[in-house]
Amino acid sequence: MTTLTLAISGSGGAGAISTGELLLRLFADVGGYGMLKKTFSPQIRGGESAAILRLGDAPVSTIPAKIDLLIALDWQNFARFAEEVPISASTLVLHTGTDVPPPGVTLDNLLTIDATGIAAAADSGWLNMVFFGMLASGLGCTCAAAEALLLARLARHDQAVLAAACRALRAGFNQALPEPLGELLAGLPVPAAAAPGHSPGPQRWLASGNQMAALGALEAGVRFVAAYPITPASDLLEWLAHHIEHYGGHLVQAEDELAAINMVIGAGFGGVPAMTATSGPGMALMSEAMGLAVASETAAVVVNVMRGGPSTGIPTKSEQSDLNQALYGMHGDAPHIVLAAQSIADCHFTTAWAVHLATQLQTLVIVLSDQSLGQSIQVFDAPGSDCPQAGINRSKEVEPYLRYRDTDSGVSPLALPGEPGRMYTADGLEHGENAIPSPRARDHRMQLEKRWRKLAGWDFGEHWADLVGEMDQHPVIICMGSVSATALEAQAGLAAAGREAAVLSLRLLAPLPAKQLAIMLEPATRLLVVEHNHGAQLWHYLRSLLPQFAFESLALPGPAAIQPRDIYAALETANAT
Amino acid sequence: MPLKARDYKSGIKPIWCPGCGHYSVLNAITKAMAARELTSHNTAIVSGIGCSSRLPAYVSSYGFHGVHGRALPLATGLKVARPDLEVVAVGGDGDGFSIGGNHFLHACRRNVDIVYIAMDNEVYGMTKGQASPTSPETWLDGKLTPHGTEVRAFQPCAIALASGAGFIARGYSGDPNGLAQLIFEAMAFPGFAFIQVLSQCVTFVPEQTAWKQRVHPVEGAPETAAEAAALIHADDGFGKGILYRSPRPVWPRPHAQADQTEDPRAGFAL
Repeated sequence: MTTLTLAISGSGGAGAISTGELLLRLFADVGGYGMLKKTFSPQIRGGESAAILRLGDAPVSTIPAKIDLLIALDWQNFARFAEEVPISASTLVLHTGTDVPPPGVTLDNLLTIDATGIAAAADSGWLNMVFFGMLASGLGCTCAAAEALLLARLARHDQAVLAAACRALRAGFNQALPEPLGELLAGLPVPAAAAPGHSPGPQRWLASGNQMAALGALEAGVRFVAAYPITPASDLLEWLAHHIEHYGGHLVQAEDELAAINMVIGAGFGGVPAMTATSGPGMALMSEAMGLAVASETAAVVVNVMRGGPSTGIPTKSEQSDLNQALYGMHGDAPHIVLAAQSIADCHFTTAWAVHLATQLQTLVIVLSDQSLGQSIQVFDAPGSDCPQAGINRSKEVEPYLRYRDTDSGVSPLALPGEPGRMYTADGLEHGENAIPSPRARDHRMQLEKRWRKLAGWDFGEHWADLVGEMDQHPVIICMGSVSATALEAQAGLAAAGREAAVLSLRLLAPLPAKQLAIMLEPATRLLVVEHNHGAQLWHYLRSLLPQFAFESLALPGPAAIQPRDIYAALETANAT
Repeated sequence: MPLKARDYKSGIKPIWCPGCGHYSVLNAITKAMAARELTSHNTAIVSGIGCSSRLPAYVSSYGFHGVHGRALPLATGLKVARPDLEVVAVGGDGDGFSIGGNHFLHACRRNVDIVYIAMDNEVYGMTKGQASPTSPETWLDGKLTPHGTEVRAFQPCAIALASGAGFIARGYSGDPNGLAQLIFEAMAFPGFAFIQVLSQCVTFVPEQTAWKQRVHPVEGAPETAAEAAALIHADDGFGKGILYRSPRPVWPRPHAQADQTEDPRAGFAL
């Protein structure tokens, strides 16, 4: 596989991310693969932003630490994300020459492109489009294709704006590429299967994890969404806002997260599959009512697109530090389901599965995604549309009707408003089988047992984890979410060096299938738990439920992504001890 | 044969103290349900936490006794998802105007077609007698406010009006027939309909039994929000009746018909 990693950086509003998105789409349209990670500050303008892309002739799912090419639209605030866009001596750096690089930037390989002048000569101010044109030409794409994408993206602007942007694009495209830029770009071949009309194999998509979670929810049957805007979950909701109405559904922009989760519970009580999406601080506000979903046995799905915490933390950047909150963040004994999406594409399946489980088991399901999965876009094979579906488990209707009947499975018959002869009042107060509030010890114990049993006894099937590789006599890397792709890359790197390792990505975190996990882990030589947080939350969790195993930990906080080299080092270090 | 008010009672014995105003509110609700000829199983009564929030279980209908302060979002979610149901939210002054105050503002603005009955006794009864947002500034018996609240009392009807509610009424538990009529009108109103019910707490504020002498019919029938504002501000807080009634578009608004041919996957394909 040949790949090229480039970063496009600029002050907020300079168009760095738009340029990156256009370039990825252009390359994908001709048969290429790639992934784009966004890094930006919370403010709209005046902050810093960068698109980091990895383009390849085969599927890519990670962004490496090594940047081959940096395009600095300007140097303002570059220092703020220098750690996420590491420049080495081998990085070719392009800048406009209108401002100077901050101290510490390696300048061995610096090319000045007078993009401002080139744009001005074309009677345009779109210097980012000058670079887009140059990159399009260097990658062997046509100017017409680049222009078509640009026009589609700017469709809402008026003609004069469109024309100016296109002039800059064409001017860039027609520039002779200075070396070594031309050579660098030419080194990435346009995939052979790129001929128009030839697309063997599955259909390829370009999308983000948030879009995939939204699609998964919709395709699983979610017809009610209530949410409060929060970074980095808002774009998941924005996609749903444009599509759910076509399915007779509704999205309510609630006044706060407290309202959002209670609206979801109200809809779920009405028998309509319902969901909200949020991030750590929002889920904290929802935690009381999440307990209500558990106690009242109402289906509810909460997608948490995790960001750096605690408190406001680093809202625009990725971390996996809400695991403890998802597992333990509720009052009382509140068994519920926690899932983690394993990849951008898997946000589709995992969210659909969450909808299925919530409705089948009449309970709360939390889906953990993270900013890296949620907001990165990637080229991947289209997921099947045969995803899990919402399905209300009406259970067996035994007379007399008892909403919270103590059944063998723990799942009680659910009546929906509108159904005669089955009326009941759902309650967050502890209740007896008949739904009438009861503080009696017998009822409390029965209902606690029932709510626990319906999860503990459920057959979650084969989807509880994804195992890649052979565990027997090998180390295993245990992870979840966006770390999974890094772990798989590390696995490939180890294999190239003649060392084998397995990767186990956990999709079902609660209830943890501890027995299956114990059997699976037994033959492994080492168990390295890799996670994107400071507190080693997953490691602590696994240790608590599987104390017989000697788990090792690699826990690194955001915002910088964990890299394969971190995993190699962890394996080496522990080997030495 | 049409059902009678008593047919809308679930038969569960309320937990309320003898003399509590909420009994009358329960009677008024069931009377209004009978008068509207509601089908029990197509009705849902939703509440938060507090003495008055126990009411759903006492009515023969579907019900949801949720968490403190969140009756309105719960009711909103249910009604938007299930527009075929008659949805009534009930609760007390602490639940609705303190912990749930933000939801009250936005429910008034949003104008989903639900009825909200706030049983206002100016006290937290279930937690045994603390001041509520509607307690008078000078009420000295609040257990956490020995000098009185020293905070201006919340004005539910004025705030409902300022927040955009299209139906605002005040009732009194000592007048269950008048209250039943108000609830009937609120159920008939298209959109968010708010009723503040002066509902006495004989246990923690026994002096509220004197409300009987203070309540009076409101004077006038305001047609504009400005007239309603004048009436509400001029009133002493004991005027019974409809303070404002002016329908406006209900949320969710009807939009283009569902387009089942829309392919949500199309936008992702290369």
